[in-house]
Amino acid sequence: MKEKAMQWVFLAAACISILAVALICFFLFANGVPAIQKIGIFQFLVGTKWKPSNELFGIFPMIVGSIYVTAGAIIIGVPMGILCATFLSHFCPGKLYKMIKPAIELLAGIPSIVYGFFGLVVLVPLMQNLFGGSGKGILTASVLLGVMILPTVIGVSEAAIRAVPDSYYEGALALGISHERSVFFTVLPAAKQGVFAGVILGIGRAIGETMAVIMVAGNQAILPTGLFSGVRTLTANIVMEMGYATDLHREALLGTAVVLFVFILIINLSFSFLKRRDI
Amino acid sequence: MSKISISDLELHYSNFNALKNVNLEIPEKEITAYIGPSGCGKSTLLKSLNRMNDLIEGCKITGTVLLDGEDIYRGMDINLLRKRVGMVFQKPNPFPMTIYDNVAFGPRTHGVRSKVKLDEMVEKALRDAAIWDEVKDRLKKNALGMSGGQQQRLCIARALAVQPEVLLMDEPTSALDPISTSRIEDLALELKKEYTIVMVTHNMQQAARISDNTAFFLLGEVVEFDKTEELFSMPKDKRTEDYITGRFG
Amino acid sequence: MMEAMNHITWREKIKGYKKDPFSALLLTLVVLSAIITVGVLISLIVYIIIKGVPNITPELFEWKYNTENVSMMPAIINTIIITALSLIFAVPIGIFSAIYLAEYAKKGNRLIPVVRLTTETLAGIPSIVFGLFGYLLFNIHFGWGYSMLGGALTLSIMILPLIMRTTEEALLSVSDAYREGSFGLGAGKLRTVFRIVLPSAVPGILSGVILAIGRIVGETAALLYPAGTATVVPSSVMQSGRTLAVHMYALLNEGFYIDQAYATAVVLLVLVIGINALSAFIAKKVGVKE
Repeated sequence: MKEKAMQWVFLAAACISILAVALICFFLFANGVPAIQKIGIFQFLVGTKWKPSNELFGIFPMIVGSIYVTAGAIIIGVPMGILCATFLSHFCPGKLYKMIKPAIELLAGIPSIVYGFFGLVVLVPLMQNLFGGSGKGILTASVLLGVMILPTVIGVSEAAIRAVPDSYYEGALALGISHERSVFFTVLPAAKQGVFAGVILGIGRAIGETMAVIMVAGNQAILPTGLFSGVRTLTANIVMEMGYATDLHREALLGTAVVLFVFILIINLSFSFLKRRDI
Repeated sequence: MSKISISDLELHYSNFNALKNVNLEIPEKEITAYIGPSGCGKSTLLKSLNRMNDLIEGCKITGTVLLDGEDIYRGMDINLLRKRVGMVFQKPNPFPMTIYDNVAFGPRTHGVRSKVKLDEMVEKALRDAAIWDEVKDRLKKNALGMSGGQQQRLCIARALAVQPEVLLMDEPTSALDPISTSRIEDLALELKKEYTIVMVTHNMQQAARISDNTAFFLLGEVVEFDKTEELFSMPKDKRTEDYITGRFG
Repeated sequence: MMEAMNHITWREKIKGYKKDPFSALLLTLVVLSAIITVGVLISLIVYIIIKGVPNITPELFEWKYNTENVSMMPAIINTIIITALSLIFAVPIGIFSAIYLAEYAKKGNRLIPVVRLTTETLAGIPSIVFGLFGYLLFNIHFGWGYSMLGGALTLSIMILPLIMRTTEEALLSVSDAYREGSFGLGAGKLRTVFRIVLPSAVPGILSGVILAIGRIVGETAALLYPAGTATVVPSSVMQSGRTLAVHMYALLNEGFYIDQAYATAVVLLVLVIGINALSAFIAKKVGVKE
């Protein structure tokens, strides 16, 4: 009797994550979609003017901003992350590993607001000195986000690299091929699917990051014109204006969240898909 | 004339003495077989000949191993050594790429760029490994789609493509069916015309069938080393006799 | 015994790299990227501590916040309250779901892939989306307005996947021999799970819970809308209160509290480093036991 009852309790608990996702989808779509319809889906997605005071709600600059900043983070973070994962799996002596691995886990644990602050007080002035201008913009945000996705990319890539059978590496070594070449040309290619899953997870992190990015991106709701021009991401758009927005403006912000959420869902599903195929 | 001469070789894994005072001469262009019960050190000795044991943490080796009179542990470039002394593993381990790329992998990495030259080398290696006729029409197919026996011959071709002098074979047929096994054995007999072969085997009949010399190992020691015929027909040591007549192991 | 000869001296290595500069380049790249990664972490920590520690003053820890002292004490207390509340909801649910997945669900159960997919989805949702969801559900739909409870509930959904995953891994790593031994003595499934399996999995679960605490402490975007930014320790969980990370965001947003922001950053960093170290320490104990 008690057995049966508890089994139902466990089952119910397991269903809560399903319920949570369903609720999140429902509330976001129910609150955001009507605004998108009111504004017009076309107007909303490809409109280049965001002027809430004039009832102009085009989030195209923010979509572009999110994509640019994420792409920048990938360009900076992914090669670094993969190289670092390679170092950890095949170049790092055991004693050093015991020190570096926790450091990288700590990198994942540092709050985004602290990253944002560090970006604001160190990175922004540095960029100002190097390139002039305000120091805030696509490049600065990309560098900061690139660092922030490092632990994700490193963690998933390292696991994928370690899952490659040693026999590939040994086979190459036995042909008289150097340690480095053996790792890069037999082990890494065999791990590429897992590494790719890590990259996708990193994209998800970068596109969803909010608090760090608003500190260093400049947040102008206009189409960016260059590496140093200020940029506003989808997430920043929400946080910048949610505090005071009302009526259609508020709903348009929720619509922005819907667009962000759809991006995230696509990214998550492709990650889950890749991961399953890997096994 | 001996291709490899091993003298006073000792090998320790942290506290375990895996090879004790090994002295062996490996004749050129012959097949030398190492036999013995599992854990007797025969594979370990094989891996000391191309320094694959260096990968194992806590492994310590003392003594001398000479390849054509050159000390492979003192002053020889390790990658050059492994190029000269190729290896075929117990489990076939083709890379997850096409058949062609598997064979071309070594030469390419060692700097062969010309497509014509590569094609030539790949074909020669595959022919030498007696697998050319089976794969010539599907060179661009993934190697992992081949049968186990084909994969093992592909691995032999891959080793041959870097033009080694010695071929180490670590129980190359233990994962294969009898037909694939006899193919590999025929191949080994063919290859000894050009290469010096050292083969570890758990299968005494195999050693008797194809090797010219046999070393019997027990607990990290070479109990007996002789011409194969001699060793199998009139073993000098009681323990060898016990082993080959099946009393232990 | 003679000196072992099977190690490659530096001189030999350098000679090898001179002959093969490409390998040397690859080596340089991996080492450099590891140095940069660790270097960024160290410079971040060192910079914030050097700039922040001198700004830590006793006023910052007075019980009540006002615009004079800009005290972070209420925020610290709120952080503890919100952490405790979130754990009260998320830990039992997370552990129970993991028990279902690891101990009860049979192979081929149709629910499992759905639960896995939704858990992975939850894990990938950005905090800002959680924040908006919490706001829409608790503040608007339930009519709670800004409330610590709404914030805590939002966070408990956010950390649920983390707790589920670590618990499931810990349960799966418990040897089946324990289960069989318990069944062999005639114990029921439930008794086996609670008396035998769960206790052996405690360190693994604990290290996951501690990581979850780390996420709660550092969270800003998911709390901003559900819990608001009130600077007091509220008298009830149905009122607004800011945690330390939200406090830091508010300071930066107001723009003229940069020194206090440095001090808050130090406190946050020290907390997060401590939490990570604790989790790693416990996880290591698990490793030793195995």
